[in-house]
Amino acid sequence: MSALVVDKLTKSFGGLRVTRTVNLNVEQGERRLIIGPNGAGKTTLFNLITGELAPDAGSVHLFGRDITRMPTRRRTHLGMARTYQIITLFGRDTIEHNVTLALLGLSPLRWNPLAALGRQSHLAVQARDALGRVGLEHIAGRPLAETSYGERRRVEIAMALAQKPKLVLLDEPFAGLSIDERQDVRKLLIAIPREVTIVMIEHDMDVALDLADRITLLHFGEVIVEGTRAEVVADVRTREVYLGE
Amino acid sequence: MSTLSLGRSLAALVAVIALAALPYAIKEVYYVNIASQILLYAVFALGLNILVGYGGLVSLGHAGLFGIAAYVAAYLLVAGHGHLLAIAAALVASLVATAGFAALSLRSAGITFIMITLALGEIIWGLAYRWISLTNGDNGITVPARPAPFGIALSSARPFYVATLIVFLIAIAAAGIFVRSPFGAALRGTRDQPRRMNALGYHVWMIRFWALMFSGLLSAIAGILFVYYNQFISPQALALTASAESLLMVISGGAGTLFGPVVGAALVVIVKNVVSAYVERWNFMLGAIFVAIVVLMPEGLVPGVARLTRSIWRSRTRAKPNLPLTMGPRQ
Repeated sequence: MSALVVDKLTKSFGGLRVTRTVNLNVEQGERRLIIGPNGAGKTTLFNLITGELAPDAGSVHLFGRDITRMPTRRRTHLGMARTYQIITLFGRDTIEHNVTLALLGLSPLRWNPLAALGRQSHLAVQARDALGRVGLEHIAGRPLAETSYGERRRVEIAMALAQKPKLVLLDEPFAGLSIDERQDVRKLLIAIPREVTIVMIEHDMDVALDLADRITLLHFGEVIVEGTRAEVVADVRTREVYLGE
Repeated sequence: MSTLSLGRSLAALVAVIALAALPYAIKEVYYVNIASQILLYAVFALGLNILVGYGGLVSLGHAGLFGIAAYVAAYLLVAGHGHLLAIAAALVASLVATAGFAALSLRSAGITFIMITLALGEIIWGLAYRWISLTNGDNGITVPARPAPFGIALSSARPFYVATLIVFLIAIAAAGIFVRSPFGAALRGTRDQPRRMNALGYHVWMIRFWALMFSGLLSAIAGILFVYYNQFISPQALALTASAESLLMVISGGAGTLFGPVVGAALVVIVKNVVSAYVERWNFMLGAIFVAIVVLMPEGLVPGVARLTRSIWRSRTRAKPNLPLTMGPRQ
């Protein structure tokens, strides 16, 4: 069974068609890289997969289940997690609290108005564990406002991984990072176990290409090339559209 | 228990003892009544603060929810029903109205939410003003008597203050438990990043709905206290100015803090009742105070004073020179 099947997904904003009958079939455990120039419709495709946007036509299946009309929050409960291109975190809180919110999102405890959150030691242990995976355990108590951009990127990834997802959508995880930070995040992504399927949008070819099993090239909302790294790089359309040759 | 939490518990205990002793320390009944007013408005502001401070949803129609409870209680008491029934019916009616508010207003946040709550508040005010057969219009409804729970008559100022204080303490404890709970954390999350919360698996609408219901419950309790305090209710208590005043209590004291709305309620009630006895243009004075707060402490009085205290403390500890313990002979 495929982890993610996108079938003829179409979306327009007014007269502008941003996604044109996109088909995608991502196998379980696969690392899929989605590339394309600015305005190709990559983030819109992510928003359609997560349910933040409703498609005009087409369908999305997650592990064989039709989720096309399902609200975003329910998709998360089915094992889908994502990160954002523009970092979207809780700036008033500590790093640990950010991850705790991610954990709480899947816990029935989130409806409890009587228990003290500070006394939920199991959440604290899980949050520290998730932060340990991204190398931020030592600054777990630090307010997010006092962290670097690279650390925030890692908090985003920690939040996604804390939810023990089956499918992770990473929207430009290397964006805005220094060379050293890119290598750190790259190592982090390599360490994610194969039980987790990864679909990633990325502009930085040097870092991202060798992470991917398969690559999909989007252009003006259409899939124009799909295949292995060698196939996509060798394809003349890739050179025309993306690599500028 | 850490030193900080022990200190906080001790401070809370001292505050409760001081509040309990207040009516017996003050000789004049007038000031005891002012203290009762502060407490009942503090309950109202605490309710609004759940929504404004922790949920990021600014309501300009909460006086409507406050007023529905007050009117239902007054109507049933005048009709000859018991206090228990009147209070229960007032709470239920206000909660049903709150659910209606939620269904209509939670379709969006931001300015649209403010406008819908403003419109709903005005509709309730209009009904109170124009549905004369039910509300007695501008003449209002006079409540015959205050209750006497467990045989203790609340007809005089001091027992009424104690009853209001008990309700206030329960309300602030409930609000404290609520905001420190996982649900409270989820509510704050919806205030800061609703889209992200949705992607993390939270039902943002439902979280806001229950927050609004809790807020409506506290507003209803305050409305019942109000009608018993004044033994009278008229459309003026539901007007836009009442909603705006409660919002000012929250903002001036410190939205999103537990004690901010209490301080804000004290400020508004004291200026309205005490200062107005000495200053003719007290409205101007209240406005000037709010402008000063917004300019000098935009986060509100409680967090503003806390920030100021912290910075003074830091500057003092930094300025302290490292003096040697013993002085050597002069070279």
